[in-house]
Amino acid sequence: MSCAPANEPWEHAKAMAELTHTPSTPLTARPQANAVTRFFRATEIDTRLLGMVGALLIIWVGFEILSDGLFLTPRNLWNLSVQTASVSVMATGMVLVIVTRNIDLSVGSILGFVGMVMAVTQAEILPKLIGFNHPAIWIIALLVGLLVGTAIGALHGAIIAFLKVPSFIVTLGGLLVWRGGAWFITSGRTVAPMDPTYRLMGGGTEGSIGATASWIVGIIACIAIVGTIINSRRQRQRFGFPQRPMWAEYFLSALGCVLVLGAVAVVNSYPWPTAIARRYADANGIAWPDGGLFIAHGIAVPVLIAIVIGIIMTFISTRLRFGRYVFAIGGNQEAAELAGIKTRWVTVKIFALMGALCAVAAAISTARLNAATNAQGELDELYTIAAAVIGGTSLGGGMGTIAGAMLGALVMQSLQSGMVLVGIDSPLQRIVVGVVLVVAVWLDTVYRARAR
Amino acid sequence: MTESRTPLVEMNNISISFGGIHAVDNASVDLYPGEVVAVLGHNGAGKSTLIKILSGAYRRDSGDILINGEAAVINNPRDAKTYGIETIYQTLAVADNVDAAANLYLGRELRTPWGTLDDVAMEHKTREVMGRLNPNFQRFKEPVKALSGGQRQSVAIARAILFDARILIMDEPTAALGPQETAQVGELIKQLKKEGIGIFLISHDIHDVFDLADRVTVMKNGRVVGHARTQDVTKDEVLGMIILGKVPEKAIPGPGAMANV
Repeated sequence: MSCAPANEPWEHAKAMAELTHTPSTPLTARPQANAVTRFFRATEIDTRLLGMVGALLIIWVGFEILSDGLFLTPRNLWNLSVQTASVSVMATGMVLVIVTRNIDLSVGSILGFVGMVMAVTQAEILPKLIGFNHPAIWIIALLVGLLVGTAIGALHGAIIAFLKVPSFIVTLGGLLVWRGGAWFITSGRTVAPMDPTYRLMGGGTEGSIGATASWIVGIIACIAIVGTIINSRRQRQRFGFPQRPMWAEYFLSALGCVLVLGAVAVVNSYPWPTAIARRYADANGIAWPDGGLFIAHGIAVPVLIAIVIGIIMTFISTRLRFGRYVFAIGGNQEAAELAGIKTRWVTVKIFALMGALCAVAAAISTARLNAATNAQGELDELYTIAAAVIGGTSLGGGMGTIAGAMLGALVMQSLQSGMVLVGIDSPLQRIVVGVVLVVAVWLDTVYRARAR
Repeated sequence: MTESRTPLVEMNNISISFGGIHAVDNASVDLYPGEVVAVLGHNGAGKSTLIKILSGAYRRDSGDILINGEAAVINNPRDAKTYGIETIYQTLAVADNVDAAANLYLGRELRTPWGTLDDVAMEHKTREVMGRLNPNFQRFKEPVKALSGGQRQSVAIARAILFDARILIMDEPTAALGPQETAQVGELIKQLKKEGIGIFLISHDIHDVFDLADRVTVMKNGRVVGHARTQDVTKDEVLGMIILGKVPEKAIPGPGAMANV
């Protein structure tokens, strides 16, 4: 077998350096003739993330078999995506919190409080001021929520950074305070209904963008994927750095596009329910065909929100100075301080960002329920933390990815809705989720110990 | 001192205490361009603390710092860096979980016109600097955690010399190194000296630094025992200063010198 990968000179230099300079380097870093190893090195695919995708597929196929083909249907997968949106939005922020060796136990309560604030704003305050169904109601309510969420987060961050109270305690206090606050605002009364435009953020038949728009989004995503790969290659060419072999670039582009377009195809094959489609047909004067009218849901708005948040958070954490500082602080706080980083301000910003993300999650959650209750988001802090940790965020700090956390949220949600679908009793559901969390983190520990 | 030039750094009558303990008590030390001054003393003698005041990690209780003869305001590490003071800490102070380039530019990242991190440009410059320091170094994409002790040290050194330092502080620069790497650091110090950079070498082991230093300043219990030019004293005499606080004839005694014997 020919053993000449395209990046050979690079590998060669690497091996030379290790032989001549660092005899203590572990042998694993040397190039190996193993095809699988070479494949992963050339494509730079994160094998950890790949393991999670594998686990997700096993869960999906497992439930597909157990439920006699009910799990892997467009309808269920579409619902799954909507159910995952709220927690995955918060999980992206939790990654940054945990990377700096902090924790936020208050996200569920902030969600409840901010959701209640937004509900009262749009259902009780604004109609009196600007009238019912005013087109600006949804955006004003959302902005108020974002403002309140950010302020709560910043307050938590300031107490943690400047008064030096451990984040565990501050946010444990926050868990009680904001849950109490949510109760206090309306004395425990549920607030409903939400503004019709606001409700689109929760998904549902109306809150989906339809087939054509979904394909457009999918195609834009594909262009973005290819563009990113080309741009990164150009950047590396600019200084003559080692590059991925061409076949790896093609492979990654193709893989990305297939995944995106596949997901769009799935959500586009979930039609509107007959009753709604018929009402729509009647309202728009469309003749009702014999086989029924097929109107696809397409991507749900909350899912679109979550994806956009995921992209923004990935950008923040990998491309901006702020993100670099977050990881540096997580790796070595003292070093970060000595390098002149204002670590306390970074902490305040992280928690403020977390608060803003809770507000987004609150909007999705209240819009979906079409109401705000004082129990909204209970236990969400634990699902959020679990999603981040299952997604590879290390509680020891310094490590974690946004994509991993979102995938972790999807794994958790898949387990839960799968168990509902199969008809497992709810006490047993919690037991399973708890066990899975512990096992997942144990497997990750084993993986990391071996990878070292 | 015999020199008439303006010192690069003068630290006059510096004191700092932590919870009633005088870690540094009325200490003075100076440094000229192109000079290597070794600050010696036992563990706990106050040498690291004194120098951390210069690098902005600690804030002094009293005393003055003059850079090029002018009073300098140093309240945090950023201030120190604006005066061209770079420090290589004993602990290296690198963030283990990010790569060499991220560490080199930590706190001073290069950015594209859009305000995003210019990782490629940073890696380019990192390759250039590391190429000079440690030509065999090739592991630019790996977190610093994966590197050997010597490689981590070269990352810490590269970070200090990357930004045109005028004053370099090296706290136990060779403590974690093998003989070959120690020699490399020695060569580097000589080279930097030629470029006119003033260097403080902090060490508890006289053998590491005696041959590299032009002068030594010895500290004991937070006080300066004395200063001496290395050509005027022997290693044994300096050891006497470190251990007993006994000042040889040709050295200049400080406030911490042993009472007249």
